[in-house]
This record gives sequence, C-alpha cells and structure tokens, in this order.
Amino acid sequence: MTNHWVDIKNTDLVLIMGGNAAEAHPCGFKWVTEAMQHRKAKLIVVDPRFTRSASIADFYAPVRVGTDVAFLAGVINYLLSNNKIHIEYVKNYTNASFLVNEKFGFDNGFFSGYNDEKRSYDRSTWTYQMGKDGFAMVDETLQNPHCVFQLMKKHYSRYTPEQVSKVCGTPKESFVKICEMIGGTSTPDRVMTIMYALGWTQHSVGSQNIRGMAMIQLLLGNMGRAGGGVNALRGHANVQGITDMCLYSEVLPGYLGSPTDADPTREVYLQKRTPKPLRPNQMAYPQNFPKWHTSLMKAWWGNAATKENDFAYDYLPKKDGAYDVLDIFERMYQGKMNGFICQGFNPLAAIPNKKKMGVAFSKLKYLVIIDPLHTETGEFWKNFGDFNDVDSSKIQTEVFRLPASCFAEETGSFTNSGRVMQWHVRAVEPPGEGKTDAEIMASLFVRIRDLYKEDGGAGPEPILKMNWPYSNPTNPAPEEVAREFSGRALADIVDPKDKTKVLVKAGEQLAGFGLLQDDGSTTCGNWLYCGSWSQAGNNMARRDLSDPSGLGYYPGWGYSWPANRRVMYNRAGADPSGKPWDPSRKGIAWDGSKWAGFDVPDMRPDAKPEEHVGPFIMTPEGVARLFAVGLMAEGPFTEHYEPFETPIGVNPMCPTNPKAVSNPAARVFKGDMEVFGKAKEFPYAATTYRLTEHHHFWTKNSEANAIVQPAQFVEIGADLAKEKGISNGEMIKVRSNRGEIKAVAVVTKRIHALECDGKKVHTVGIPIHWGFVGLAKSGYLSNTLTPYVGDANCQTPEFKAFLVNIEKA
Amino acid sequence: MDMNRRQFFKVCGAGLTGSSLAMMGFSPQTVLAQVRNFKLARTTETRSTCPYCSVSCGVIMYTLGDSAKNNKASIIHIEGDPDHPVNRGTLCPKGAGLLDMIQSPNRVKYPEVREPGSKEWKRISWDQAYTRIAKRMKEDRDKNFVAKNAAGVTVNRWNTTGFLASSAASNESGYLSVKVARGLGMVALDTQARI
Repeated sequence: MTNHWVDIKNTDLVLIMGGNAAEAHPCGFKWVTEAMQHRKAKLIVVDPRFTRSASIADFYAPVRVGTDVAFLAGVINYLLSNNKIHIEYVKNYTNASFLVNEKFGFDNGFFSGYNDEKRSYDRSTWTYQMGKDGFAMVDETLQNPHCVFQLMKKHYSRYTPEQVSKVCGTPKESFVKICEMIGGTSTPDRVMTIMYALGWTQHSVGSQNIRGMAMIQLLLGNMGRAGGGVNALRGHANVQGITDMCLYSEVLPGYLGSPTDADPTREVYLQKRTPKPLRPNQMAYPQNFPKWHTSLMKAWWGNAATKENDFAYDYLPKKDGAYDVLDIFERMYQGKMNGFICQGFNPLAAIPNKKKMGVAFSKLKYLVIIDPLHTETGEFWKNFGDFNDVDSSKIQTEVFRLPASCFAEETGSFTNSGRVMQWHVRAVEPPGEGKTDAEIMASLFVRIRDLYKEDGGAGPEPILKMNWPYSNPTNPAPEEVAREFSGRALADIVDPKDKTKVLVKAGEQLAGFGLLQDDGSTTCGNWLYCGSWSQAGNNMARRDLSDPSGLGYYPGWGYSWPANRRVMYNRAGADPSGKPWDPSRKGIAWDGSKWAGFDVPDMRPDAKPEEHVGPFIMTPEGVARLFAVGLMAEGPFTEHYEPFETPIGVNPMCPTNPKAVSNPAARVFKGDMEVFGKAKEFPYAATTYRLTEHHHFWTKNSEANAIVQPAQFVEIGADLAKEKGISNGEMIKVRSNRGEIKAVAVVTKRIHALECDGKKVHTVGIPIHWGFVGLAKSGYLSNTLTPYVGDANCQTPEFKAFLVNIEKA
Repeated sequence: MDMNRRQFFKVCGAGLTGSSLAMMGFSPQTVLAQVRNFKLARTTETRSTCPYCSVSCGVIMYTLGDSAKNNKASIIHIEGDPDHPVNRGTLCPKGAGLLDMIQSPNRVKYPEVREPGSKEWKRISWDQAYTRIAKRMKEDRDKNFVAKNAAGVTVNRWNTTGFLASSAASNESGYLSVKVARGLGMVALDTQARI
C-alpha cells in the first residue's frame, strides 16, 4: 500500500477491483464502511462475481476475467477525452510533458521493437529525447506530438466505451457510470482510493493491471494524498516484510538488484544501479545505492568486507538467468535440481499444474520441509487415491520434515500491508520438539560452516567469513537480528557540512538511512528498515495511540518504512507552492523554511518549492511515469491482451494479429504452451478465489475453520447450471487441459454470462482451500487445473483466468 | 453451626424455623454473590499479530499454566486487541479460529524422515536431522558450486538446491534465512510474494 489501512477512512470514493476485501480482508474493509458512513464516501466494485464487497457497494459492474487492462484503459480514455484530469498535478508531478523518442510507436498489438522469435522487446525506442544539457526534453504546453500526454491520448483513444464493453462484457452504461464517478475525483477537493489483491496480480498481464490503475490515480492527482494511493491488500501477515527482505532471486534486502554475470566487478555493479538525475534539481534518491549496498555487505561479512576486497563483492552469488518459482520448478521438472527447502510454503498446492509439480518433486534427491503444519508438499510421495495417485515405491526422494513454530511461539516483527512493522512476543512454546524458523536456519548454517571448517570444500570463504555475531550462534535472538538489519555506525559519523560535529558515535544504532555511508563505516542489513531499532530502542514495539492529525496516521504506533512515513509520495499531496491540495486532509506542507506537518516528509526537508524538486524522489526524473521508460516487459503503455486460455480466441483490440492474442512478451516453457486449452474443448472462463472462513491451505488444519467450510465446491451461475442441467448440490467434474477435479456444484445468481465480442461467456468460480491433508473433507488441489504461465514482468502465475469444461460427475 | 449459602436457603425454605434459627445466632458466613471466577482472570496476556492476511490485526493471547516449574503454558483464549488502531478489537472468521490452528492435531511435532521409496514417516532426533540435511546440502554444493563462469568471471553460485521462504515468518527469521541462503551461494530462491 502506498497509504495504510486506517487511511481508507479519509477517502471520497473506494474502487475495489481485482480483490474482494469484505471477504478476504474483513477487518481492513471496516475502514471502507467507516468512510461510507462518516464521509459519505461511495463504493464501486468491479468483479466477475457479485462478491461480498459488491453486496454493500453503491455500484457494481461485472467484468470478464482477464480483461481488467482494457477496462482501466477505457477509464484512461474517458478521463483524457472528457478533461476529467487534475491538470496542474499532471503537468508538475508526472512525465506527461516529456518528449519520447520519435522512433517509438505502436502498431496492431505490438509496440516498437518486438522480436517474435525471442518473444521479447528491444526497448531502445521506449526512451526520452535527451537534450544537449544531458537532461530529458520536455514541452510544458503538452502540445508536441511526441510528448507523453499526446502519445497517451492517441494510444488510449481506441478504448471507447463500446470497445470496452465488447472486450470486457461490462454493460456500456455501467462502464460509463463508473467512469463518471471516478472522474469526479479529479478535483483537488476529492480523492479516490483503490484496493486490489490477487485478482489483479495473478494474470499474465498482472503488472499492467496495476500500472493502469497507477496511471489513473496520477491523472486524477490522487497519489501522495490522504484517502488516495494505490493499495495492494496482501495475503500473509508478513508477506510485505518478506518481500522487503527480498527472499527472492532478483534482489537483495531493500530491493537492491542482485548481481548477475554481467556485473563482473563491484564498480560495474554499482555504476549500473546508481542513476543520475534526468532533470535539473532532482533528488534521484537511488543515487545513494552504493551506501545501501556497502552497508549490507558490512552486515553480512563484517570485518571480512573491506575496501581492499571490494567489500566482499565476490562473496555474493551472481545470477545467470531467471530463478522465479516457475523457472525453479521448470528446472526441477527437467531434473536439473537435486535439493529443495520449503519453509512455510506448500508449492505442490500453490504453484500451477499440480501434475507437473508432483513429477518435479519426484526428481529431487532430497527435500526439506520446515513447517508448523502438515502440508501436501511434505506428502507428495504418498498415495491419497484420486487426490494424489502416486506409487511411493517409485519415488526416490529423501524427505525431511522439521517442526517449526507458528506466530504465537516466536518473538519478532511482521510488516503489514500498509508497511507498518509491529513487534509480537512469544506466548507459548511450540508443541513437541518444534523450533523457530530462525533457530532451524541458524543451526543448519552452523552445521554446514563446521563441516567446511573441518573438511574444506568448494568455495568456502563466503561461508567461513560470514558475519555471525550472535550470542547463541545456533539460536540468534530476534532482538539481535532486528538491531542488525536496522543498522549501526562502525565509526563516528560526522556532519558533512561541519566536520567537527559528530552525528552518530561508533557503535550506536542509526536513526535512519540518511546516515548510511559507502566507505564501510556503517552496517545495515536492510536500508529500508533503517531506524526501526534506533538508539531510542525498538520502534517496532511502540504502542502510542496519539493521532494529532485525526487522519489515522498514528506516528507512534510501530514503525512504518521508509523513515516512519505513513503516506508515500506525500509531497505530491501539496500543490507546487507547497500548500496542501485539500487543507482538511493535510499531510505535509511548506512552512516557509521547511517541509513539515503530520507525516514524515517524502522530500528533502529544506527543498524550497521554487527549486521544483519533484515529489517522486525514487525516479531520476523526480516525477511519476505515465510512460514507463524502459521498464515494463510488454510496453510502456498498458495494452489489452487476452489470457493465455481465452474464451473468445481472438484479441478484439488487434483481431488481425494472431501473434498478439495473449501477452507477446510473456515467457512460456516448451510443453506448457502445448497444454493450454482451447475454447472449443474448454468453453468456460474459470477463476480461482478465496473464502472468508479460510486462509490459503492452512486453515483446513484448524478445526473451527474446517467445520464452517468443510467441503470443496465450485460456483456456477444459474444460467450455466440450467444449460447443463446441473442442480445445486450435485457433484460435478471440472476439467482443464491439465487435469480434472470433482466437487459439489453451488449454483448462485452471483455469476452471470457476459456477452464478449459477440460470444456468450460463462464463468466458473473455483475456491482454492481444500486438499488431501487436513481436518476438512479431502478435496482436489485446485492447481490441478491451472496453467503454467506467469506475468511477463514478475512471473506471478495466471490463476485468475483460464479455461475449463464442466459436466455432471 | 457452619452452613453454606445453599444449605442456608434450604433451611430457610423449610419454613419459619429459618428466621428463628437466625435469631438464635446461627447466621451463615459472609458469602460472595458470584457463580464462578472470570476465566481469564488468572491468565497472562501476550499481545501479538494475527498471522493470516496482511491487515495484521492485533490479537491478545491468554495463557495459563506458565507460573510453575516444569509446566508448559498453554493458550486458552485469543481475541482481538481493542487498542489496535487497525482492527480495534475485531477479528474475522479466520482470526476467530486462531486457537484451533495453533493447537491443530496436524501440527508437526518432531523431526521426521521419509526414506527413498518408503510409504511412511519415521521419527528422528534433531541431531540426526541436522546431520543428514547438512551432509546432503554440502555434498550437493561441493559437487555443483560454480566458482567462475565460462568467461572467467567469479560467480560463486550454487543453483542445484533451491529455497522457498515463508511469508508467515517474522522479519528477523526472514533476514536470517536470506543471509544464510545468499551466504551459501543460493540463487534459486523465492517466496510467496511472487504468487
């Protein structure tokens, strides 16, 4: 979330699309009802199903699964053609005025630079025109045909209400009504918020769904404001924290890009990741990258990270390709992996194509499961009849299962969706011989390190020299670890403006990332979390409920990264002269000598408004990007592509280009493309979803939850049930081109057939919560059905739009 | 004459004799008008965060039995934290069932191994588990560690053992996990954030 949970109460309009907060995030959804009751805010819900959120909405409209990009592109077109944009905001805080490379273009489904064989783009034309002064060129009148604003107008003009209705199946009148409601927040005194979740991310075009919405919020001037922002509602209590700690291949803690084979030295590595400002006076905050990275290396390799050895740069592994989950399991499926460790993760159920996953695991030599609960992955080798029909004797994988603690049995911090880190304390011991994840990881590490000490082995230095300063090396205290990632000074840090003044003494915890250094004099395991444990103590454990603004910032509750800031980009919540757009919802303002207010300024505190320092300090331009320079895989503007399994078989936006039916830049492995289903055999659009009584695949192990939702079901609309002669409560078979499941049919009026491109499209809803392990009735893993393809940028699997057929079982 | 509240009423119910009994000095001991003790009165309160979705509701866990030697505390009740600024004491149907997840019969309690080709789990000690896993990992790492790539660039990677990290783990566990994984040279690393 760019904003935070309580902030939703400050909005005038809530759009829930790509999520179902009333069902999946009920206690956060309460802030929607708060806004509706006390601010008279309106709620719009757009979803393929009439959801619990829809049931209290002021306005609901259906949309076909996998067509949200087209819907949002239609909204952009409406805003631009009806002048429902916040023009002063757009001119000053976005790249609308920037001139784009004249060779950039778009034609019949492809942006310039497409390579059909590689299924990827050469993005060299998706750039700015650069002036002789080294800065990007702009046209502040927004009239130049190559400026972003004019290119946008042209690109989105194709998304008329009629076209949106044809692609999405949303009635035209409903679509226009929603556009009018959204357009109403383009004035400075009105703000809209958007709440989305997996309904937007789990698509082959997931990143573009979210990007489309970010563009809308920028056009409306709703970013950086109380009651606004783009708000992702995330799935686990600490999925945000683990993302920030970067337990994935592309990045190191704090989103620092991982070194690759193309970064042979520290110098090259840093140079590529340290941008220069693209416009005069801009902060281009990632210029500090060397400070963040060097401090991380000091945290990991301590005294062994020296200036002489490039701060142990070579100790970090370099990546030679993609290593996202889809890629990892493809490697495993091909027999290229020997071992695997699953910590609190159930991939047999959570990664698409269960059959492929089972085969992949069978090829491992060893598998280690670290989990508080029994999981299907841990028992992939066991026969559970139709639910998991395997021959144990033929599976040669050695499987270890280690008992881990759950939240109640550990001390530490979780980071919520609103970026607030909160400390929790152990209440009981884990049952049996259970241990915390931290103790298990530390004990394994110490064992392995001892083996390398005694026997030697391949590349031992990074292991032997790892900084491991914990009082109990096999069970580091959470407090020690928290202090390490927050960071401290290793030498006195002096004020750069007055060298006689010591800002922090050696050994002291740092107050914030502004103090980090690139010369090895600071250590910090995650620059974004710097200050969470300052010299004042554990800020994550703070429980101060004062709220001077009345807007729900609660600055003394926990610690909100970055820098305890509660609303990101809050400089954009004030006009160019520094006055809040809406004084009744002030975040920060220019007080004549500095930026100050209720929140921590997202701006250099002494940056005078007349210096025109842009509010989006993480871009080298200082402004937000309506045109994504060089970053997105499938295009700098959003464009509709069908799901890989499309019920209409054609992309209505470019019907004559068969190569741009689905995302032309999405990666598809050999063998997976072949098992995509076609509408002729699998005519119904399907989507997976979650229920309020269950949490993913955990709560089927909890008796209370297993009682309230005991058995697997599939939801179909009354009109489809009638066509197929299926009655409520009957067992049905649901088949995709990868497998089939049997479940009870729940016939509802919540799903209706939609008319798309002249075809009638039915939707089948598949809740995901059952499996063959647990206290609920055994069921099929829903990923038996889902396709093995992900978003072109981040490889999030396409669980929300695929094809099935159904019949009576 | 010693009499409890119930007996006293019984006696009174028997008729007028009751009042005369009292007059004769046989009055009952002082009694408390209370049916039974409030269940949570003797518990220890521990504040925590619900582990399900990322609303991250504040919860209070009530434990009993932690004040005696060799006695393990157990949670007897969990409810929403009324002071928490986001959930203000509320919990959803998932959070309301937290106790049953913590005390699920399907908790893993001991280290176990399933040997190749076997149909069942076998209990082992932590020491056996660590020894066997560390040996497996080292063997695989030593065999497949790439110190330099074909172009002679130092790459120090190990890509034949992968790691999926938990999003239910704390930041502290997560930080230690990534430190260990990267220190070993792992690149096949991912988490729920992806999906």
